[in-house]
Amino acid sequence: MEKAEAASPLGRFCAEFSESRVAVAALAVVVLVIGLAVLAPLFAPQDPYDIGKLVLGDARRPPGFVGAGGYVHWLGTDAQGRDLLSAILYGLRISVQIGVAAGAIAFAVGATLGATAAFMGGRVEILIMRFIDLQLSFPAILLALVLSAILGQGKGQLIAALVAAQYAYFARTAHGAASAERAKDYVVAALSTPMPASRVVFRHILPNCLPPLIVVATVQIANSIALEATLSFLGLGLPVTHPSLGMLIANGFQYMLSGRYWISIYPGVALIVLILAINLVGDQIRDQLNPRLKR
Amino acid sequence: MSAPLLQVRDLATHFFMREGVAKAVDGVSFELGQGEILGLVGESGSGKSVTGYSLLGLVDPPGRIVAGSIKLNGQELVGLPQAELRRMRGRRMAMVFQDPMTTLNPVLTVATQIKYAIGAHESVSAKAGRARAIDVLTRVGIPDAAARLDDYPHQFSGGMRQRVAIAIALLNRPDMIVADEPTTALDVSIQAQILAEMKSLVRDLGTALIWISHDLAAVSALAGRIMVMYAGRIVEYGPTAAVLRAPRHPYTRGLLDSLPMRAEPGQELAQIPGAPPSLAALPPGCPFHPRCPSADAICQTAPATTASGGRGWRCHHPLLDGAA
Amino acid sequence: MLGFLIQRLMQAAVVMLAISALVFVGVFAIGNPIDVLISPDVTQQIRLDTIARYGFDRPLWEQYLAFLNRLIHGDFGRSFVFNMPVLNLILSRLPATLELTLAAVLGATLIGVPLGMFAGYRPDGVPSRIIMAVSVLGFALPTFWIGLMLIMVFAVQLGWLPAGGRGETVHILGVEWSFLTLNGLRHLFLPALTLSLFRLALMIRLARAGMREAILSDYVKFARAQGLSEMKVVCGHVLKNISIPIVTVFGLELAATLAFAVVTETIFSWPGLGKLIIDSIQSLDRPVMVAYLVLVAFLFIMINFMVDIAYAALDPRLRAGRA
Repeated sequence: MEKAEAASPLGRFCAEFSESRVAVAALAVVVLVIGLAVLAPLFAPQDPYDIGKLVLGDARRPPGFVGAGGYVHWLGTDAQGRDLLSAILYGLRISVQIGVAAGAIAFAVGATLGATAAFMGGRVEILIMRFIDLQLSFPAILLALVLSAILGQGKGQLIAALVAAQYAYFARTAHGAASAERAKDYVVAALSTPMPASRVVFRHILPNCLPPLIVVATVQIANSIALEATLSFLGLGLPVTHPSLGMLIANGFQYMLSGRYWISIYPGVALIVLILAINLVGDQIRDQLNPRLKR
Repeated sequence: MSAPLLQVRDLATHFFMREGVAKAVDGVSFELGQGEILGLVGESGSGKSVTGYSLLGLVDPPGRIVAGSIKLNGQELVGLPQAELRRMRGRRMAMVFQDPMTTLNPVLTVATQIKYAIGAHESVSAKAGRARAIDVLTRVGIPDAAARLDDYPHQFSGGMRQRVAIAIALLNRPDMIVADEPTTALDVSIQAQILAEMKSLVRDLGTALIWISHDLAAVSALAGRIMVMYAGRIVEYGPTAAVLRAPRHPYTRGLLDSLPMRAEPGQELAQIPGAPPSLAALPPGCPFHPRCPSADAICQTAPATTASGGRGWRCHHPLLDGAA
Repeated sequence: MLGFLIQRLMQAAVVMLAISALVFVGVFAIGNPIDVLISPDVTQQIRLDTIARYGFDRPLWEQYLAFLNRLIHGDFGRSFVFNMPVLNLILSRLPATLELTLAAVLGATLIGVPLGMFAGYRPDGVPSRIIMAVSVLGFALPTFWIGLMLIMVFAVQLGWLPAGGRGETVHILGVEWSFLTLNGLRHLFLPALTLSLFRLALMIRLARAGMREAILSDYVKFARAQGLSEMKVVCGHVLKNISIPIVTVFGLELAATLAFAVVTETIFSWPGLGKLIIDSIQSLDRPVMVAYLVLVAFLFIMINFMVDIAYAALDPRLRAGRA
């Protein structure tokens, strides 16, 4: 039944993952896009944040246009005369930064809260989980919207708003997994020995909660990126000087009706390719970790 | 004796899975007379439930019947279109499952489920349907059936629920019922009741019954003939009394020895060493040989069925009379 | 059943109280609302007067109690920007949002549930793969992007449907409705489609998962063993069984969509609550923000409450347990 060479759980996991062509392709896209985003300054023909280099005469030019800089604007230029390819690469950089940062912080905060609730039990658990449930019944977009309005513009504020909107998903997942784990005989047994409780949590409970949390994390990073784009699109995200993908799309929206589609479309394509790829990877991981789908 | 109700020849049902082909039923042949009660015994995973499902054409993918013939009243069922099989299910043959907690739909009243079962084969007025439901529920021993008709399954006890399931199976007067361990999940006292009721019910209605169980003791109280199944094959069959008195196959012997009632008080129970083989990776030859006390080199080859006087066994080293 | 109702109502009241406090503190305690109300160059006296009039000089808890007191009397305050009672403002925008939300969620359910059931019934076929691909897209694509694409294709390129606004409306009981005129329906179509794609994906997954679980269950096998046709098995047995989670999600999504209509309404200039909240966030119109959030919370809790009741009605086991 099991393949001999894939002895370790991780090895088996990777072997199974590589069987899905869609998931492997999606993972490759994620790696590629993140690579491009991180190394944007190396690839981008232009520094889109350097206002001095922008030429207004080059604004809203179609893809393939050769501007004052003497190079080809492969994806055209935006309303300020920015090279769109460069703007997209830098925009991706911001989107990925914010998505990953928000996802990681929400993971840490949420998992700690959820695991603590499950481990402490009693009133603490009821209090924490009631609050989490309450928050979860509220749509994340609304919370992020109001928070970013209250906190104002800026990267830090935006990440804070995203974390506040998303940590609850991690908390509930961690709580569910940790409660199930805590009730198992081996934990009860370990707790009855003189071993310190923290050791039980870190050595036994948390490692077993990781799989579902990783699934939530992939989905939530994609959601953070989408949410950031949405907020920026609504004008509530980042300052205009450092446009993220959402803002590029929003800025191009007004020109779409006049047929200058590229200003909105290309940033949008970059955004959805990234989000879709992360989601596909997440779906595969989830299916693989879900024992009920196994035949 | 008239032509048998059911004739099964070389039936093979395999499951095609990623890990390989699991031969859950692999060359099973038997006959069932009108109104006869036949016991089908084996450990879990021996293929006895799949045999039952195969008879009704209810094998779910990735499994399917790959070979053999099933004739009910002379009509071939293997290869019959689903629509025609559907018309026969319930009316000509029915099935009762192991777990009464899950065989009834929890969100429909008993009346609704009975209504659906009748409606699958004929259209009757609501009133007539209700009368029939009350009649059949009363038959299986549900007190005050008229009042309980509109209850939901969870309002019945486990034993009562199984009675409801049996009532539904009997609803359209099938010629044959396949009962797949219907008492295993119940308390022992209720098991005995249902066993007795089932016996008299099928006698009254003239329905043939295939009683699938891992419990040799329960089957022996009910069935006139028994078949012992191991790793997808029938390893021994014959009249119940004869098989119990003098088993030929070492596996049957092992099953008998592990019955608690056979042991002296305080004596350790005998058990068959090892576990049933995976159906996807059967040992060569006689599949029982790795666990068999009398296995030797010849057991690497598959034994043929030896038939004699209504009995048959599949073993190179059959046990002698009185060996039990 | 009655005891269960009362218990749930009590819980709802407590939650409502907690939310109102959170919202009040969240929106009112951060930043300085006075800067929105008066221009920076007024005299100190006017400034102090205004602060006193709105009660901003009193401790937070006192302000909150005053706010609660007004709330109980149905007074949500006045909008700083529109200078009219917030409740009237919100009520005037509610029908447009309600119409959009209902169209989106109903459409998503009526289309998504059969599709999902089909995908669960035949999980390996090509149609099922297409259905699942749609659901992946529906989950992953940001709403605003879907809206933009629909505008781009159907409004700009093809010119079939309008890109924004509500179109002609009909007055019924003093409320304007778009869905009763052809022109209004044309205006409703794209925003409703945009809003429904995510719920469609959700309904597909829900129905598919339910179907896949049900189809392997003993009761389905038992129903088949009785000779029920597949149609009857699916529509009689399975549908009733999976309707419980579907009803739940339908209710929750109805509430969530009311709030999420924010993005869609902005893109399609749909004059509903979502557009109002975005405008009030941008102009820091706090009474509108607070009232909107409290109302949304109230709506959520009411719908949750109704879902619980529907749940109990659908699942006889629960009904018995709570009786």
